[in-house]
Amino acid sequence: MAMSSLAEKVVAGDVRSVARLIRDIDDGITEVREVLKDLYPHTGNAYVVGITGSPGVGKSTLVDQMVAHLRERGKTVGVLAVDPTSPFSGGAILGDRVRMQRHSMDQGVFIRSLATRGHFGGLTQSTRSAIDVLDAMGKDYILVETVGVGQDEVDVVRSAHTTVIVVVPGMGDDIQAIKAGILEVGDIFVINKADREGTDKTLSDLRLMIEMDQKKYDEGGWKPPILKVEAVFDKGVAEFIDEIDRHARYLVDSGIGLHFRSNQERVRQELAEMVKGRLIEEVLNTLTDTGDFDRAVESITEGNTDPYTACDQLVLPTIRHSKESRD
Amino acid sequence: MVAKPGLDGHDRGARIIARAYRDAGFEVVYTGLHQTPEEIVEAAIQEDVDMIGLSSLAGAHRYLFPAVVNLLRERGADDIVVCGGGIIPDEDLEKLKQAGIKQIFTPGTPLEEIVTWVKENVTPR
Ligand SMILES: Nc1nc2c(ncn2[C@@H]2O[C@H](COP(=O)(O)OP(=O)(O)O)[C@@H](O)[C@H]2O)c(=O)[nH]1
Ligand SMILES: [Mg+2]
Repeated sequence: MAMSSLAEKVVAGDVRSVARLIRDIDDGITEVREVLKDLYPHTGNAYVVGITGSPGVGKSTLVDQMVAHLRERGKTVGVLAVDPTSPFSGGAILGDRVRMQRHSMDQGVFIRSLATRGHFGGLTQSTRSAIDVLDAMGKDYILVETVGVGQDEVDVVRSAHTTVIVVVPGMGDDIQAIKAGILEVGDIFVINKADREGTDKTLSDLRLMIEMDQKKYDEGGWKPPILKVEAVFDKGVAEFIDEIDRHARYLVDSGIGLHFRSNQERVRQELAEMVKGRLIEEVLNTLTDTGDFDRAVESITEGNTDPYTACDQLVLPTIRHSKESRD
Repeated sequence: MVAKPGLDGHDRGARIIARAYRDAGFEVVYTGLHQTPEEIVEAAIQEDVDMIGLSSLAGAHRYLFPAVVNLLRERGADDIVVCGGGIIPDEDLEKLKQAGIKQIFTPGTPLEEIVTWVKENVTPR
């Protein structure tokens, strides 16, 4: 089947087409699905690194240095920098580019800012699709920066080959938070701003936490290294990238592999999420278009029915219909 | 996108306007100080923005604002609206408009007025 001309341009590396496609993905334009289908055979070649941590820990500064090092090593790089949408206005200030502007004239680098928005296909889905686009465009490395707060952001970095968690010295509470949620997803820990006091304390806190899983490492599991980095001064960044390479080799040697698309568990999880997002979108859109949703709201507020009955009435016919059309 | 070409070292104005746009529900890419027209245009294309707001305090507008418009045209991206703001003498306003800057906001223009203008004049491409 012939590729769409947009897909062809993306594969050829046309910057404007890539930029437009990512916007359409983010806006939830349905036609992009056809383009993404065409692109899929051209994906699976990039190495994806997720970088997460609280605001201000130096993620963008680190990404900027990583780009410089990877370019020196002859690699092309795509960057997706995700910042939070303001819950009050729905707007966002996307300021990560400020730290990375020195790369903007480099043809081997493509940088794109994204807002978390709040759409139900989910940030995870649209960011994954954007990763696919940069992958199809031919970038060797894709660096995804997110603020490590919500489940969505964690899921985004989870789909990376290597997930990096950035902390700064003297963030005791933060480390508690990591313990609670994102420790398991960290493949590499970076203590950035290691020029500051308290680095060794943070180092030993993190080490203690990681060693709680000693058994897993004894059985051959990956033991996350902890690195001291000073991103603004470009200290420790080369060593950090060497660790990413080492983690990539571990993925290969351990049989996990770099081709997540032929990994059943990964595909199962990602497909389940995609189906879920799509179903919600389709069903809610239909109910909104037909006016059924608004009528149900009215009927509840006027005291004619309860939300449980209304939900049954909205959902059951849809399920019945989809079963029938399958039989 | 809010960008600050030229050499002067203050971006307070640019930050204030970026915040006003955000509060109006826009997604604003902020690129920081000391940007060349080439960098601004490349960033705008990668980010696929609808509008570029340029801020200038120290006379950078005369050469740099039109340079951005010309580069956009060369790249076939002249559907991106370019506006300017900052300390710009009256006698330059007309010239800038002729050069393709769609609107100029001088100091003292209320933020609401700027936001309203953008809402009415910039349609998503
Ligand atoms: N002292 C010190 N400051 C740093 C270091 N790395 C980044 N910063 C500063 O931390 C601030 C936030 O950096 P940024 O990269 O925007 O953080 P992000 O919000 O995590 O992306 C900036 O002012 C950086 O210059 C470092 O290694 N040491
Ligand atoms: Mg950042």
